[in-house]
Amino acid sequence: MRYLPKSESERQEMLASCGLTSLSELYNYLPAEVLLQRPLEIPAGKSEYDIVDYFKQQASQMANGYASFLGAGVYNHFRPVLCDVVVSRGEFLTSYTPYQAEISQGTLTTIFEFQTMVCQLTGMEVANASMYDGSTAVPEAAMMAIRITGRDSVLVAKTVHPEYRQVLQTYTLHQGIPVTEFGYDGETGQLDLVALEAAINEKTAAVIVQSPNFFGCLENVKQVAELVHSNGALLVVVFTEAAALGLIQPPTDADIVVGELQSFAISPSYGGPFAGIIATKEKFIRQIPGRLVGETLDANGNRAYCLTLATREQHIRREKATSNICTNQALVALMATVFMSVYGKQGLRELAEQNLAKAHYLAADLPARFKAPFFNEFVVRTGDPEALNKKLLKKKIIGGLPLGQFYPELADCMLLCATEMTKRKPMDELRKAVQA
Amino acid sequence: MIKKVRRHIVQEEPLLFEISSPGKKAYQLPDLDVPAVDAASVLGSEQVRSEIEGFPEISEVENIRHYTRLSTWNYAIDLGLYPLGSCTMKYNPRINEVVARTEGLAWAHPYQPEELSQGAMQILAILEQYLCECTGMDAITLQPAAGAHGEMTGILLIRKYLESKGNPRKKVLVPDSAHGTNPATAAMVGYDVVSVKSNDHGMIDLAALEAATDKDVAALMVTNPNTIGVFERDIVKAAAILHAKGAQMYMDGANMNALVGISRPGDFGIDVMHMNLHKTFSTPHGGGGPGAGPVAIKKHLEPFLPVPRLKRVRNSWKWDHNKPKSIGKVRAFYGNFGVLVRALAYIMAHGGPGLRNATVDALLNAQFIRKGLEPYFELPVTEPTMHEVVFSHDRQEKFGVKTGDMAKRLIDYGFHAYTTSFPMIVHGAMMMEPTETESKRELELFVDAMISIAKEVEEDPQLVIKAPHLTRTPRVDETAAARKPIVRWKPAS
Amino acid sequence: MYPENFRYTKEHEWVKVEGGTATIGITLHAQGELGDIVYVDLPKVGTKVEQGKTFGSVESVKAVSDIYSPVSGEVSSINEALNTTPEKLNADPHGEAWLIQVKLSIPTEVDGLMKAADYQAYLGA
Repeated sequence: MRYLPKSESERQEMLASCGLTSLSELYNYLPAEVLLQRPLEIPAGKSEYDIVDYFKQQASQMANGYASFLGAGVYNHFRPVLCDVVVSRGEFLTSYTPYQAEISQGTLTTIFEFQTMVCQLTGMEVANASMYDGSTAVPEAAMMAIRITGRDSVLVAKTVHPEYRQVLQTYTLHQGIPVTEFGYDGETGQLDLVALEAAINEKTAAVIVQSPNFFGCLENVKQVAELVHSNGALLVVVFTEAAALGLIQPPTDADIVVGELQSFAISPSYGGPFAGIIATKEKFIRQIPGRLVGETLDANGNRAYCLTLATREQHIRREKATSNICTNQALVALMATVFMSVYGKQGLRELAEQNLAKAHYLAADLPARFKAPFFNEFVVRTGDPEALNKKLLKKKIIGGLPLGQFYPELADCMLLCATEMTKRKPMDELRKAVQA
Repeated sequence: MIKKVRRHIVQEEPLLFEISSPGKKAYQLPDLDVPAVDAASVLGSEQVRSEIEGFPEISEVENIRHYTRLSTWNYAIDLGLYPLGSCTMKYNPRINEVVARTEGLAWAHPYQPEELSQGAMQILAILEQYLCECTGMDAITLQPAAGAHGEMTGILLIRKYLESKGNPRKKVLVPDSAHGTNPATAAMVGYDVVSVKSNDHGMIDLAALEAATDKDVAALMVTNPNTIGVFERDIVKAAAILHAKGAQMYMDGANMNALVGISRPGDFGIDVMHMNLHKTFSTPHGGGGPGAGPVAIKKHLEPFLPVPRLKRVRNSWKWDHNKPKSIGKVRAFYGNFGVLVRALAYIMAHGGPGLRNATVDALLNAQFIRKGLEPYFELPVTEPTMHEVVFSHDRQEKFGVKTGDMAKRLIDYGFHAYTTSFPMIVHGAMMMEPTETESKRELELFVDAMISIAKEVEEDPQLVIKAPHLTRTPRVDETAAARKPIVRWKPAS
Repeated sequence: MYPENFRYTKEHEWVKVEGGTATIGITLHAQGELGDIVYVDLPKVGTKVEQGKTFGSVESVKAVSDIYSPVSGEVSSINEALNTTPEKLNADPHGEAWLIQVKLSIPTEVDGLMKAADYQAYLGA
């Protein structure tokens, strides 16, 4: 087999040097009741050609050649060629977590750069080495706020991504953390400040909001922050569309920022792997979960990097750890790092401006459901969105996300997204179809 | 003598921010085919940022050199053996990377219509089937993003199941040899952690287990083979003890590379287990992720699995969100699909018989290291070991040299360090797992290197204590890093 | 090496009582076992502490140790300097690097703790 680098005679030599005569002696001492007495029922090994062909076959049953207006947490952005070039280098692809700093400076340095750029992007002072994804970063932020404030409950806006809220519910249910959702303004599509004011109290550890929110609307983060802070709680701001941060104000009034970097060169890949971020103020550094890279000196006095503040983590603190999280998403975070350095300060802004222009072209004369300003996603009233999407599919267009499954009151609406990859022709076709 | 490596030139490289200068570009956006809009007028000027302060501006050439230079500062599987115990650092087949980038798969949106997702869903269904076959379990969720995430999912399943029986119970038993994630996970799911002592052979002590198992115990979290590489001989009896009290058996599948094709957790009493696809099933570690931590279960836990579940309806796949007893979602969408694709490609390349051969070679390689090093290092547990072996630094400690020092010296010999100081039940642990993808020559070089280090310890302990000597970066000051954390770059003021 | 006017615990804390107030720290032996100390986590002034219960922790790069209170009472002051210079705990654990002061609620508790000679014997054992 091509992944096993030994000839039969080498195997025999190694067996002999171990004082064994047959390979079965390596395991036949296990109790008979636990030994599997038959081969695994998985077809025999296949050639590279057959494997490539199999996945091509599967891929041919996917959405090839369609224009798509889906966003809702996963966005179609161009992936600069360099991103794959860098992450395909074996030194990054096939290395382990950088515990041995002497032979891991490559990974450590890129993570330090990642942490820095996440801070610059979000207006925070400390960012960790990445989280599994945006959805799992949300409960980690909630737990962090609980540790910091010593309070025990969490408020989350209904305008936060519905799947993120579901994940938050799963994580918190058994930790005695009550999570209460509060609604949105039916006109603007922004969170309902009055509802938040009514719900917040002296037990509230964190208020979790998203901007741009799930409907694509920008929230008034500053205003929300004032209310939250005057009640002694922490504000957690979530983002799913990182490209927006090229243009919109960073949520500097937040105490914790969590989000998803999928937009930064990470292919949609049917939902993962992605890379989440968590960033915060310097004073909360010891409560941040996951891995952190810090700057230090090596024995020669040169700048070097290492994993730091490991005492927060599970392998040292065990059941008292800040989280059970042990991996980050280093390779995916590296893709995002390369993306950020390829686009850079100017490019990210231009990219965001193109997204803004495309989405506003698409939205122009469509029946908008909400009034608040939006970046590259917005909600339109379409009558029966499922029926419209069926019609569009025939034109090789994947329409927007019907919202009824998450918001029954918006059953006549869909969420549309346009990025720099969305071409004018399908946009015109979609507009025509909605208005028909 | 160092045989595997010699010195070569390494390029130095500043940080991105230090090579940045205004106006440099590595990008060009496509021509805008719609009218431009003024951000301040559509968003309101208070919502628009002036610039991303500090963000780099770098040319394409400088970008690629930057990352290429940094890459040469890393050790990697592609360069040689990673004897990290419990980490299963095996070769990452490149075809996995190729198929994961197949266009229709890589660009699939999780919300695209099911009728245009059948290929991806079929991949997930086949992988579920193969992983169930490898583990002897009845059903599986592919949603968890990593091993620790899988553990949390598994313990949540147990909690929800016990709740359905009327009482979620209070405690989770964790052997003292367990990975740190086990107790951290149990605590996250609201359980008190009770540590159970191992016996002198580093194995579950049935008497201690029996004594610890009462009606408040929800589960035992066991690793098998355990963290010293020994198969828990009494695993079936241990399961019986737990089951007799209505508790569940959770298995940490970190060491599954010792078992595939030889023994199946589902056949020795396990109710729930997670796997690490980035260990056993060859998906790359990538410097610390992404991984995937699917959780396999026995039938009685199926109603509680995370939503959505794959369902076959009239010859096509559907996502079934309607599972009222489900624990909910542990992650948005369906899991780390790209990682799952890679794992399936790996299973297909080996096939059923091939997976078993791989396991046997992994056992052979570990045995070869054990036999080669036994004369030189203390072996605290002499039971037969499977895919890994744990020595202790007892003999070297007399010379003032500890496990961590020898691990650092190993780096000078051209290898990655082995795992040090874990499991905690072994004093000065030196934990080594070669995996099946190491050649006889690489293993011989490794054994040679360790023997040479053992001699250095006796002749010149300082040489070992101060190692590494040949790396680009010598030892770094982790204490200074932790006392005054600097976790982002700031311009010199 | 171990001041005669201190009392000591099996968990390697020391306590010095003056009037109704106890000053608490960790012993020279404890800092040696921990190695380079990088962080000290202390309670807020006003926190109630209880004999034998943990009130904070001390961290080295790769270990965390809980600190147990030798006495019961209310925290009256904490050594703020340790926030920025945790290394003082390695340099002067019995002096400058005291951790907290406690207003005693049960002054007689101290009598049950080890004297310097007993503690040194305990370390030797």
